Amino acid sequence: MFVTSAYAQETAPAAAEGDTHAGTAVPAAEHETFPPFDAKTFPSQILWLVITFGLFYLFLKRVVMPRLGAIIDVRNDRITQDLDHAARLKGEADAAVAAYEQELAEAKANANKIGQQANDAAKADAEGTRKKLEAELEKKLGEAEASIASIKAKAMKEVGTIAEDTTSAIVEALVGGKTDKSEIAAAVKSASR
Amino acid sequence: MAADKVDPIHQFQIHPIIPIHIGGYDVSFTNSSLFMVATILVASAFLYMSTASRALIPGRLQSVSEMAYEFVGNMLRDAAGKQGMQFFPLVFSLFMFVLVANLIGLFPYFFTVTSHIIVTFTLAILVIGTVVVYGFAKHGFGFLKLFVPQGVPGYLLPLVVAIEIISFVSRPVSLSVRLFANMLAGHITLKVFSGFVVSLSAFGALGIAGSVLPLAMAVALSALELLVAFLQAYVFAVLTCMYLNDALHPSH
Repeated sequence: MFVTSAYAQETAPAAAEGDTHAGTAVPAAEHETFPPFDAKTFPSQILWLVITFGLFYLFLKRVVMPRLGAIIDVRNDRITQDLDHAARLKGEADAAVAAYEQELAEAKANANKIGQQANDAAKADAEGTRKKLEAELEKKLGEAEASIASIKAKAMKEVGTIAEDTTSAIVEALVGGKTDKSEIAAAVKSASR
Repeated sequence: MAADKVDPIHQFQIHPIIPIHIGGYDVSFTNSSLFMVATILVASAFLYMSTASRALIPGRLQSVSEMAYEFVGNMLRDAAGKQGMQFFPLVFSLFMFVLVANLIGLFPYFFTVTSHIIVTFTLAILVIGTVVVYGFAKHGFGFLKLFVPQGVPGYLLPLVVAIEIISFVSRPVSLSVRLFANMLAGHITLKVFSGFVVSLSAFGALGIAGSVLPLAMAVALSALELLVAFLQAYVFAVLTCMYLNDALHPSH
């Protein structure tokens, strides 16, 4: 609706504009056709489109696109390079960690071994000392037992003579007279049994 | 002047700036030519200057250029495979040209190059011409296999081939009309709603209050047109990629 009323109003300005379009044939007719379907403008539009688009195509193909392509390629290269570098560094770090752990394990094993050795040595030492002491003690014990035995034997022997003496004295006092030494010894012996 | 303001067709008029006539043809340098030149200058300058530093870490403008480049590159690779990359310059310049022409056309008082059917048709013919020429050069008559789909029973073949030929011939038409009609319709709608604002506000206070509605509409439409400007450039480029794929692999 609006469009048609606008069309109706068009005849007046069209006539007024007629002077400005001196190059075209019929000024009034220019407005009768819808501008995009006005075949009179086609040659000019095609020509200038071909010129401008052709130049644009060449410019993009020769200048812009190689440049953009190079920028993006360089960036992609750089990214892959950086990723490789990062991967290499990570590998190095991993290797360092592995080496460190191995050394740590070795050191631990060494420490254990040294500790064990010291322990064994100390034990052996203690064992030797103990055995020596035990042997000494054994010897002393043996000596002591021997001396006790000899003392005991001596004492026993003396106990026999004392008993005989005492017996003979008691018998002499009770019975009177002389006593036979051998008889008394036999009597003591049988009594102490 | 009042008539100009509300006339939604006026913006599509072409008038010569430097009249040139060669061999009976009017090939004047017109406002359309001016905006074609402006389109390629703006697009070239943007692409050239934003990438001038060749920064490893791109700035905003360089990112935009790289995004456009990779966007079109991926589009073409997806549609036509690695072989299709030989057409990358063509598709990229088509995309950038249409996109920038559409965007420039959104400025008030600026001419929209792509709102003229002859421009979009010439670009479509360029695409289809490339497809046909490359197809025959690469595959010879094998390119005609494009019209003979595999696995179709013999008695259906004439019908299918006819349909395939019609669909192929209608491609440049649909390709060009889609872009042209979108730009034309969008600009007319914008102009009509903006025209409402102007004519309504002439009716005093009530009119000015009422003109808020079409103004809001015009704002919303401007956003929509921005989307359409990008979308149509994208669609044009995508279809170009698909047609080029036919030239590369005619037996589908």
